[in-house]
Amino acid sequence: MQEKVKEPSSEFEYVGHRPDRPDGVDKVTGRAKFGADLAMSGQLVGKVLRSPHAHARVRAIDTTAAEKLSGVKAVITAADFKDQPSEFIPAGEMMINYRDVVRNVMAREKALYEGHAVAAVAATNAAIAKQALKLIKVDYEVLPHVIDVVEAMKPGAPVLHEDLYTAGVDPAPKTPSNVAKRLEFVLGDVTAGFKQADVVLEREFTTKPVHQGYIEPHACVASVSEDGQADVWVTTQGHWIVRAHCARLLGWDVSKVRVTSSEIGGGFGGKTVVYLEPLALALARKARRPVKMVMTREEVFRASGPTSGAHVRVKIGARKDGRIVAAEAELKYQAGAFAGSPVQPGAMCAYAPYDLENVKVVGYDVVTNRPKVAAYRAPGGPISEFAVESVIDEIAGKLGVDPIEMRLKNAAKQGTRAAYGPKFGPIGMVETLEAAKAHAHWRTPLKKNQGRGVASGFWFNIGGETSVSLSLNEDGTLSLTAGTPDIGGLRASLCMMAAEELKVPLDKIRVQIGDTGQLSYNFLTGGSRATFSSGMATVEAAREVKKEACKRAAKLWELPEDAVEYTDGAVRPAGPNAGKHNPMSLKEIAGIAGKTGGPIAGYARINAAGAAPSLATHICDVEVDPDTGKVSVVRYTAIQDAGRAIHPSYVEGQYQGGVAQGIGWALNEEYIYGDDGKLQNPGFLDYRVPVASDLPMIDTVIVEVPNPRHPYGVRGVGETPIVPPMAAVANALADATGVRFTELPMSPPKVLKALDAARANGAAKI
Amino acid sequence: MAKHHVTATVNGDTVEFLCDAQETLLDCLRDQLGLTGTKEGCSTGDCGACSVTVNGRLVCSCLMLGVEANGKQIGTIEGMARGSELHPLQRKFIEHAALQCGICTPGFLIAAKSLLERQPNPTETEVRYWLAGNLCRCTGYDKIVRAVLDAAAEIRGA
Repeated sequence: MQEKVKEPSSEFEYVGHRPDRPDGVDKVTGRAKFGADLAMSGQLVGKVLRSPHAHARVRAIDTTAAEKLSGVKAVITAADFKDQPSEFIPAGEMMINYRDVVRNVMAREKALYEGHAVAAVAATNAAIAKQALKLIKVDYEVLPHVIDVVEAMKPGAPVLHEDLYTAGVDPAPKTPSNVAKRLEFVLGDVTAGFKQADVVLEREFTTKPVHQGYIEPHACVASVSEDGQADVWVTTQGHWIVRAHCARLLGWDVSKVRVTSSEIGGGFGGKTVVYLEPLALALARKARRPVKMVMTREEVFRASGPTSGAHVRVKIGARKDGRIVAAEAELKYQAGAFAGSPVQPGAMCAYAPYDLENVKVVGYDVVTNRPKVAAYRAPGGPISEFAVESVIDEIAGKLGVDPIEMRLKNAAKQGTRAAYGPKFGPIGMVETLEAAKAHAHWRTPLKKNQGRGVASGFWFNIGGETSVSLSLNEDGTLSLTAGTPDIGGLRASLCMMAAEELKVPLDKIRVQIGDTGQLSYNFLTGGSRATFSSGMATVEAAREVKKEACKRAAKLWELPEDAVEYTDGAVRPAGPNAGKHNPMSLKEIAGIAGKTGGPIAGYARINAAGAAPSLATHICDVEVDPDTGKVSVVRYTAIQDAGRAIHPSYVEGQYQGGVAQGIGWALNEEYIYGDDGKLQNPGFLDYRVPVASDLPMIDTVIVEVPNPRHPYGVRGVGETPIVPPMAAVANALADATGVRFTELPMSPPKVLKALDAARANGAAKI
Repeated sequence: MAKHHVTATVNGDTVEFLCDAQETLLDCLRDQLGLTGTKEGCSTGDCGACSVTVNGRLVCSCLMLGVEANGKQIGTIEGMARGSELHPLQRKFIEHAALQCGICTPGFLIAAKSLLERQPNPTETEVRYWLAGNLCRCTGYDKIVRAVLDAAAEIRGA
């Protein structure tokens, strides 16, 4: 059943091979232009004044002195943005509410976190802009703040929004609180299920907010002409989204705003929202000069969205043979300053890898005085699945069942009904587990102070609105324009799918990412959808080109259209009755396009349906330093179902990158707040992401259970890889030490403290 | 405030620029000379995206003032290829898919070149520790380390 990637794929001429990416040279020579790399003539420098307080009422802002400073061309505050009504709108994997978006880009009544924007200036240079910020007087009434999710849920906690009443509880509450929403997914009857259990285990977990950590800070350049034509150059995962948000916040027609996406220096979900863009446009409109804004790294940490920190309780009951009979989870996710944590997807994912009869998951979306969370790679999933995969591992240990066998016994398959509703089509959970069991890593003996852990993970993946155009040029070459920013090899994958369809060499197709004026709507690069959706649209556009090429030949040969077919890069008469005509190459068809009906192009505008989940199983070996508590990952294998790997190297790269981020989440990364509600580690020195010397090589196995709803079988692959690592590391650490860790990150001081405690009562293995 | 006049050699060419006393070499390269291949990720010397060489030594250009470049030889990513021929490291980064988003790539290439000039036959561990000052959030470093080791072998003629 399991197909591994053949090297190279024998099935296709291009798909499944490993050609050089078409944008490779630009990216190794410094030629590629990222967000901060564009300068418009006459541009000003924009800077943001940010709240020094975690929670404060903004009583008044006096910008007079700043406006008078020589070189200052514009100053803006919340007064420059119209208020927006409260309304939740689906936005891919997250929800947005413009009432909150307008408040997050610029504080109105209150500053809700340290770093919250309160004003912005545009000046002729950075030094003047910084000086102007110092001249803005903000009258704050400092309010009590709350940072921790459990504290924020307690009665009497400082309330962030006086108009926030918990949704999803009956009867509706009469007083406002920080709990924005309660949600529940139920399948079967857990109370009855737990009665059948031979063993029941309940554990509580905490995770810290972690930042996506893209190396490129947010950056944009905006200009607005005297007649209201606006242009934005920006590093973003979705320029149509930037256009929609900016037009809405500024009250402009969508057609007035043209957004061009620069090359993007990492996003991982964090560049799916707006921060600087509406400010730059508002400043540019006021100043009538282009305005460039670039965040500092400190601003990225203090003011852009990490993912939620959380408190999670998991209770699982199983029979002696390892079959799970009941599973419960309670998830409390921090949303940051505004409602909208990823608790819903977290709740949906929690038990999704398993075929269970009795499941109950309850989730809470909780606001705290922190930056509003943004999507981060499989938003919500890694948190709930860390807890579930840890408890499954511990139960397997108690029952003496092999942890892979325990998962196989409970694995979701085609036809399994997930607790959150749908029945799965073909999915690769069993295949990844079998591949793990068969992998040499699983059987290799461990050394002293080492332990091995295994964990699985699930992510949905999405499709959505997508447009692609493919023009046949007059010399037979092709220009492909897609609208989802290329964040890690998309151009290569699209080029390969187009080449496969048309049977033309890769170097005859040039792929560009179009701006918002060049294509109809595109949803963003997120939800692991770019290769899936833009790939599907590319295939459709290529098939349109083929069809049109046949039509032109039919015209020339005076045949009915269905008497011409496109094979091996040429049109030829189909069947014995079509007469004798020499095949015509795409180049020849291109040459006669003008005479046979005009330019030839394919244009696909689709709502890509049929996205399919990707499942993974990871194996991790750690080594623990018994004297310092430092945990090192010494071997790692990531096994995941890709559906089909279009370019295996970039699929492997997604697996490896997700693992590295997951290891950082597991061992090092966390937001550290002082009692004053201020972030104490807003830089890469103290917020330590994994570096090359922290990691081993990361082995990968690409399992292929094709997605029947995609022309090449593609599932998304980008997000699932970050789901298993936290539990894989925790399970390995438990194996090495005999101590179960339930709090992230498992940093040296915490590990040492737990080891010392365990040694004192004889429970430690080292 | 009067600006300072700086004369330096960048990628073999003599350049002159005016800069404020507090401007970093990174600012000068990007804003005065238009060499935007060198990236700013943190401005505190923690991410390595702004790596350049100064008189052959690997430096975070965000930690050096523009005025300090006076009379110095600066090497940036724009000077790494020879005409239309990519440096073996550049070629190997593409071949090994050692980049995803590409923002850290110029810094990694400059740092890796600097390593291979000192140690043409590094071990995997040496590569990992030499590159520990360069952050990549996309790749997990696996393919970067392989690309550097492969380029080293090619340069050695192994």
